[in-house]
Amino acid sequence: MGTRVINRGNKAARAGFGEGLLEAGGANSRVVAIGADITASVCVDLFASKFPQRFISLGIAEQNCVGVAAGLALSGKIPVFATYSVFSALRTTDQIRVSLCYNNLHVVIGGAHAGVSVGPDGATHQALEDIAIMRVLPNMCVLSPCDATQARLAVIAAIELCKGPVYLRFGREAMPDFTSHDQEFIFGKAQIMHAGNDLAIIATGHLTWEALQAAYQLEKEGISARVINIHTIKPLDEAAVILAAKECGAIVTAEEHQVSGGLGSAVSEVISKNYPVPMEFVGMNDRFGESGTPLELMQKFGLNAGNIHRKCREVLIRNQ
Amino acid sequence: MVFPLTNGISSLCELARAIRQSVVRSLAESGSGHLGGSMSSADILTTLYFSVMRHKPGEPSWSERDRFILSIGHIAPLLYATLAEAGYFPKEELLSLRKMGSRLQGHPGRDHHLPGLELSAGSLGQGLSVAVGMAIAAKMDGHDNCIFCLNGDGELQEGSIWEAAMSAAHYKLNNLVMIIDRNGLQIDGSTEKVMGLEPLKKKWEAFGWDTLECDGHDFRSLLSAFQKAKIEQTRPSVIIAKTIMGKGIASIEGDYRWHGKAPSREQATEFINELS
Ligand SMILES: [Mg+2]
Repeated sequence: MGTRVINRGNKAARAGFGEGLLEAGGANSRVVAIGADITASVCVDLFASKFPQRFISLGIAEQNCVGVAAGLALSGKIPVFATYSVFSALRTTDQIRVSLCYNNLHVVIGGAHAGVSVGPDGATHQALEDIAIMRVLPNMCVLSPCDATQARLAVIAAIELCKGPVYLRFGREAMPDFTSHDQEFIFGKAQIMHAGNDLAIIATGHLTWEALQAAYQLEKEGISARVINIHTIKPLDEAAVILAAKECGAIVTAEEHQVSGGLGSAVSEVISKNYPVPMEFVGMNDRFGESGTPLELMQKFGLNAGNIHRKCREVLIRNQ
Repeated sequence: MVFPLTNGISSLCELARAIRQSVVRSLAESGSGHLGGSMSSADILTTLYFSVMRHKPGEPSWSERDRFILSIGHIAPLLYATLAEAGYFPKEELLSLRKMGSRLQGHPGRDHHLPGLELSAGSLGQGLSVAVGMAIAAKMDGHDNCIFCLNGDGELQEGSIWEAAMSAAHYKLNNLVMIIDRNGLQIDGSTEKVMGLEPLKKKWEAFGWDTLECDGHDFRSLLSAFQKAKIEQTRPSVIIAKTIMGKGIASIEGDYRWHGKAPSREQATEFINELS
């Protein structure tokens, strides 16, 4: 039995995002935040009340928010614009494409309320396509931290280390907070959360926690699964993915996003070119979410340890 | 050299004539591009770059410069011709318009590092928001520079323009001046037939803007409008400049079919003679 990662208590990733923004904003006076009405809901209120002169409320007008962010960036500011991902990334895709990405401007787009774990609000508010769309845009970096602690580190990295546009995705619900503050957040680097060589589970967002639980179950059954957390979906740590394929021989990906175009696609693009091995995918299968409790929805759509475990078993059978 | 250079009407006429000729030459050479709108905005850009804006062609990234945002990226040939005329880069380079490897992309692209170009743009409805962001940043930093943004009239059909308009008035951006090239035309024909914009002046007034009108081909009228816009203390200003698509070339004036067309070499020779 290897050492197990401990959940220090459930915490929402959005809270970590808000704390990180406050911290980075304190350290760098170039940081400005843009609000689109739901400031408290995406935890930008911490920054807004501490630095009111650097908070720009623009109302329910997300396309304008992205353009204004571009203008601020062209004037030497580091703008952070966060709202629900369905609005910050999807409604504004053309503004992000041209005003941000084509101009290659350092702006952080926060995509809150990602995934079906948004719960009762239902399909309109559950972003399941944002990774796919953001990651195909040239110059764009895509971050998807696995818990609140990592969300804090991710926003600090996005502000301090990145040079161009960054999309940072995070969820609404309180979920296991299991990474540590002193764990270095290395931009573009995959994290091995659990060692193993029989297969690899490559996960992002809070499904990394579920992947760990699946790995512990497999361990009891005599199978050692490597769990890799991908907090940087773009640029993807291709070396870690290829190594996983070579050393483990089979891969299961897990994400709270459409399988098509998301992390699973990104991993399979690397694998099919470099070292093809059997793969299975945990994620949404070309459908919208719906209302329910986060737990009910995670269960219904198989976004949990049980389904990851099942897919691991399936991929191992294919690999025999 | 620090611009603005001149208020002389006769020198502005000469400059506008040279710029229009450059546009025709570059479009004939590229074989594609937008002649109509480039001609209708030519006097506006000439006024801005030679009589209104504070800038240094020898030092394009001078931090105290006024900014010019071209929201209608499709009239890039005019922006390029104006920048070249002001000395940002050699005029010969205008003949590389739209060609592989050129710094003069079909729609402006900063990734090609053209001196004087402030924004990659071409998807309509985005420039005003960027200008708002620049104006907010200038106020935050206590800079006294001015942000100018040129929009087309057809472009005002984009909803994001009105989001930007609301925010500029909300933040009392008196350092922002928007110019609307009101040539009354867009690709499908008259703006009022495609999707009516009138009463345009009332719309901008209702959005809280200092709203000015001028003749976009009369330098005295343009200069006076910019002067009024500059002294406005509490609101952003918009100048609705009445223009004629294709202005300066009688045979194409007011003809919407020239919105997105380039002249043939024979036509170009004819047009350049007419502009001489
Ligand atoms: Mg027009």
